[in-house]
Amino acid sequence: MSPELINLIIQATGESLFMVSTAALVATSLGLPLGIFLATSRKGELFAAPSVNAILGVVVNATRSTPFIILVVAIIPFTRLVAGTSIGSGAAIVPLTVAATPFIARLVEAAIREVDGGLIETASSFGATPLQIVFKVLIPEALPGLVLALTLAVVSLLGYSAMVGAVGGGGLGDLGIRYGYQRFMPEMMLAVVVVLIVLVQTVQTVGDHLARRLNRRLRHR
Amino acid sequence: MNAHPSIAEPIRPAEPALPEGLIAEPMVRFERLSKTYPAYRDKPAVEALKDVDFAIARGAITGVIGRSGAGKSSLVRLINGLEKPTTGRVIVDGRDISALRGQPLRLAQRSIGMIFQHFNLLSSRTAADNIALPLEVAGWSKADIRTRVAELLELVDIADKHDRYPSELSGGQKQRIGIARALATRPNVLLSDEATSALDPQTTRAILDLLANINRELGVTIILITHEMSVVRQLAKEVVVIDDGRVVERGHVADIFTHPKHATTQTFLAEVLGDAVPVSLASRLVQQPAPLGQAVIRVQVRGSHAGDTLVARLARELSVDVALLAARIDEIGGQPVGSLILGVPGGEAAARQTLAYLSQHQFAAERLGYVS
Repeated sequence: MSPELINLIIQATGESLFMVSTAALVATSLGLPLGIFLATSRKGELFAAPSVNAILGVVVNATRSTPFIILVVAIIPFTRLVAGTSIGSGAAIVPLTVAATPFIARLVEAAIREVDGGLIETASSFGATPLQIVFKVLIPEALPGLVLALTLAVVSLLGYSAMVGAVGGGGLGDLGIRYGYQRFMPEMMLAVVVVLIVLVQTVQTVGDHLARRLNRRLRHR
Repeated sequence: MNAHPSIAEPIRPAEPALPEGLIAEPMVRFERLSKTYPAYRDKPAVEALKDVDFAIARGAITGVIGRSGAGKSSLVRLINGLEKPTTGRVIVDGRDISALRGQPLRLAQRSIGMIFQHFNLLSSRTAADNIALPLEVAGWSKADIRTRVAELLELVDIADKHDRYPSELSGGQKQRIGIARALATRPNVLLSDEATSALDPQTTRAILDLLANINRELGVTIILITHEMSVVRQLAKEVVVIDDGRVVERGHVADIFTHPKHATTQTFLAEVLGDAVPVSLASRLVQQPAPLGQAVIRVQVRGSHAGDTLVARLARELSVDVALLAARIDEIGGQPVGSLILGVPGGEAAARQTLAYLSQHQFAAERLGYVS
């Protein structure tokens, strides 16, 4: 493989990492509070607001059931509004974030619901405010689950980021399609796939390790 | 003859009554309280508590005993304001906790500690940090928290477990942390919601001893919610029996359990005492009198030392060679409670004579059968 092609791969990997990490960061900062709210706002719960919960639930489900490639095209006007353009890695962050936020919210909701309800009652019994319960009880207790949720979200984002290549988003997916498929360079396709596998493997290993370390500290000797 | 206390004359408690002033201002007072959980979806409405009206003495240990579903949990949750009564009020330490909301309620809750059946410790925090949690919530400084936590670990006797996580501790140790956490903000009341139900008998005893010490040394009023008679018997001075959302009996432990009136109280008592009939004897019992055999009679002993000389008196006054086949006497609130199983030889006449003698002297007795 020529040095130019290797440079292309390095550049595309950089673009993918930029898209994924930015989208993961923004989606987490939106999805985490949204997930916590979804987990605590049903009838009789900490931030009880059943109707808001129901409406948010529908919105989240709608976003999650839209195929990503359709979502990317459907929200182009919104992408233009936010990023000023609908083409390139920067613009691709917008649909990636929009897709990842409800995904993360649902994962966070599941992790938070895993926390024993008795702990919420205990904290309420000595006069903790709902926010204190979130920050001192729910998040620390759900931490291993939250780490695994974010790991899963980042891995999914890597997959999505390969798809935005198809609509001019740049990155590894774009490289694979244009060189590997359209110019029929199987070695390029293979290289892209290998890099993606290495990235996913790395993210998953780090996430698992972190979750296990937290978990071991919490539940085992 | 009248030297023996009878059912008509309740026995005075052995321990002195609380000073007048303390009775006048109870720690917790339920005023015409009822709690109904409204119907939800396909579940019908549940009347958890009905017209509950009683007070819990300051500085004492009071047991609240009832079957699961009797309304015990609702009662504790009303005391610490986690739930609101449907009608009536709950006055805790002179304050109407059922009327408080938001920050005033949270402040009031700091003077009410609570311990739980499943300990409810945070798995992500060490022993010390678990105890620190209510202090952090109350906004204590780091230095004050450190001093207080060290004190509390000492108090519950697990100072060496400071840096351990709950997963590394035994049930008894976890409950000690739970107790330390409940006492952290120096509450006046400690609510124990089935706190020993998940522990083995030996650990239960140790935890109950610890609670007794805390009551004695810190003067904290303790309210023990339990379905276990043995817990009430070991620790409480006063007992409240609830059944199906109502208070069916209450008073000094000794009075209530030497002369149980309500069926629920009687079954609780039977659980502790058993029926006193050994298996080997039960297997030999027949319903037909056997020649040269004995009639088997069970005599209930309730309070005082009435049973002490019974066998001797029967022998002397009726000239019957009464055999003591089995006996089970326990102490509840300083009073002997239990039953004697007597074997009476001499055929039907002697048996009837013995039963007549017993009933004349106010002993509850029944014929279980015969052995040859």
